[in-house]
Amino acid sequence: MSDAVVPHRAEPSAAVARAGTSWFRRALDSDIFYSFRRSKLTMVAAAVTILFFLLAIFASVLSVQNPFDPAQLQLMNSRISPLWTADGQSPFLLGTDEQGRDVFSAILYGLRISLVVGVLGVVFAGALGITLGLIAGYVGGALDGLIMRIADVQLTFPAILIALLVNGVAKSVFGNRLDAMSTLVVLVVAIGLSFWVQYARTVRGSVMVEKNKDYVAAAQLIGLPAPIIMLRHVLPNTMGPILVIATINLALAVITEATLSFLGAGMPDTMPSLGTLIRIGNNYLFAGEWWIVAFPGFALAGLILSINLLGDWLRDALNPKLR
Amino acid sequence: MLAFTLRRAIQAIGVMIAVGVISFSMFRFAGDPVNQIVSLDTPAAEREAVRKSLGLDDPVAVQFARYFGNAAQFKFGVSYQFRQPVSSLLAERMPATLELAICATIFAMVFGILMGVYSALKRDTVLAKIFQAVSLIGISLPTFLIGILLIYLFSVTLGWLPSFGRGEVVRVGWWTTGLLTLSGLKALILPSITLGLFQLTLIMRLVRAEMLEVLRTDYIRFARARGLTTRAIHFGHALKNTLVPVITVAGLQFGSVIAFAIITETVFQWPGMGLLFVQAVQNVDIPIMAAYLLMVSLIFVTINLVVDILYTVVDPRLRSTIRRPA
Repeated sequence: MSDAVVPHRAEPSAAVARAGTSWFRRALDSDIFYSFRRSKLTMVAAAVTILFFLLAIFASVLSVQNPFDPAQLQLMNSRISPLWTADGQSPFLLGTDEQGRDVFSAILYGLRISLVVGVLGVVFAGALGITLGLIAGYVGGALDGLIMRIADVQLTFPAILIALLVNGVAKSVFGNRLDAMSTLVVLVVAIGLSFWVQYARTVRGSVMVEKNKDYVAAAQLIGLPAPIIMLRHVLPNTMGPILVIATINLALAVITEATLSFLGAGMPDTMPSLGTLIRIGNNYLFAGEWWIVAFPGFALAGLILSINLLGDWLRDALNPKLR
Repeated sequence: MLAFTLRRAIQAIGVMIAVGVISFSMFRFAGDPVNQIVSLDTPAAEREAVRKSLGLDDPVAVQFARYFGNAAQFKFGVSYQFRQPVSSLLAERMPATLELAICATIFAMVFGILMGVYSALKRDTVLAKIFQAVSLIGISLPTFLIGILLIYLFSVTLGWLPSFGRGEVVRVGWWTTGLLTLSGLKALILPSITLGLFQLTLIMRLVRAEMLEVLRTDYIRFARARGLTTRAIHFGHALKNTLVPVITVAGLQFGSVIAFAIITETVFQWPGMGLLFVQAVQNVDIPIMAAYLLMVSLIFVTINLVVDILYTVVDPRLRSTIRRPA
């Protein structure tokens, strides 16, 4: 479904290149980049977000062990406190957990899982929501009514409840022994099914406005088929708000994944995401081993906060009323 | 007015039927109920007998009608993991969840309104800035992290408050309450704060925005011109007019509070419906999941309906605009 989104996204930049101006130059001169440079908080948030993505991408280079490989974990190294405390030991910067897993390495790999699930969840939700929104707005009529009623009903339920239900049903249909990779897919689907409504509503709204404009009438007149008009001509004009929703939804998707994993309905202990790490660490809080839960918690909170700040800024920057 | 109420009621019933279909399909098709009852070496003939006795041979429409009939009488089948009727399990745990949800809502309303009014009236003070920062954190931090943080502070480090359970409960009829014992009250504090924090930030932001808006209006200026005291203007005129949307939001959010209690109850091992639901998801206990979905939907739909109707009663301006819902 994602390749349905790629072609027309490439379209504007190709057009720009043909027009002779550098795409990069234009981006630097844009209003959005100007408002970005004006806000220090946004720049910090962007830097932190990029840092988190880099940490996740280069997890295998930066970590001292592969926390998913049981052979590399040694029980002798269990429950070592962070390096700067009295009992700290050399390679384990942030200490180790019960199984001798290096907390720093586990965070890097967990971050990778959390971001993969979050990004894929947003892409899936976006693809689903955009498709349904386009159809509802362009076709209209009974189909529009049906899709929007479903959206209305779903909007009254919190996303976490829907994600939990999807998860439970998937477990029941595929059996309780899902391996880690299929759990990841189930999580992506659960998140996608919980968050599509906002995209659908936004796209539908913009499509209803756009479809009465002359360029759509012109496209219809030269006999282009409806799917082409929707994807190539109408959709690119609705991308601004979608970008804002996607950014804010990335934070929500990461929270949802972490919550599901924390509740024991997400990633298993053998392939932990940040939420799973927090659940594991929570068990050792009373024994005084605070670092097992604290550092994954900080990482998660920092990630969500910086993405949220970016989303807030993007919403204001793309809103013509606030300029 | 009557037509509007009727249309809303019909919509609500439609939603409940849709949720019922989903709940029924989960109950019937996700996992074979027969397998959950018989053991692995049960002969095929006996399986058929069980299938027949459960009525799984009947046409799907008949089964659906039966499921609906039973659900209307709060019969949701038997839990796979507890081997007890789901309805009695839910009834046993409902008081815990409702008490927690009500306490969290009261906490959120009281502190949300106070903080919102303060940050609207004294916009540039340090405390108002702190409130704004707290509200950003309240929206950004996942509920379970806030819970863990509170447990670490007040249970592990300071040892003031219990970190799990309801404390001592008193039985009043079929209702169990923790409000009448000291340990019960102490046990309520941390979960209520955890659950209410998100609502608190929501209400605080809403009150602040509404207050700022109202304070700019003409009738406030007129009240000033009449020489009323600042206190009378702020609390008698301005706050009163911000409370309608606040109460609406708080009412609509009550359903979400009950649903979000899933997370809080897991963090604090609070013996409510949410914890039961999470255990059901972990152990693939479909009857509990289906029943929980129905119960929560019923609560949601009822609240939405009541708020919709109350809104038109409270605010007559809406009556003319709702003739054709888009």
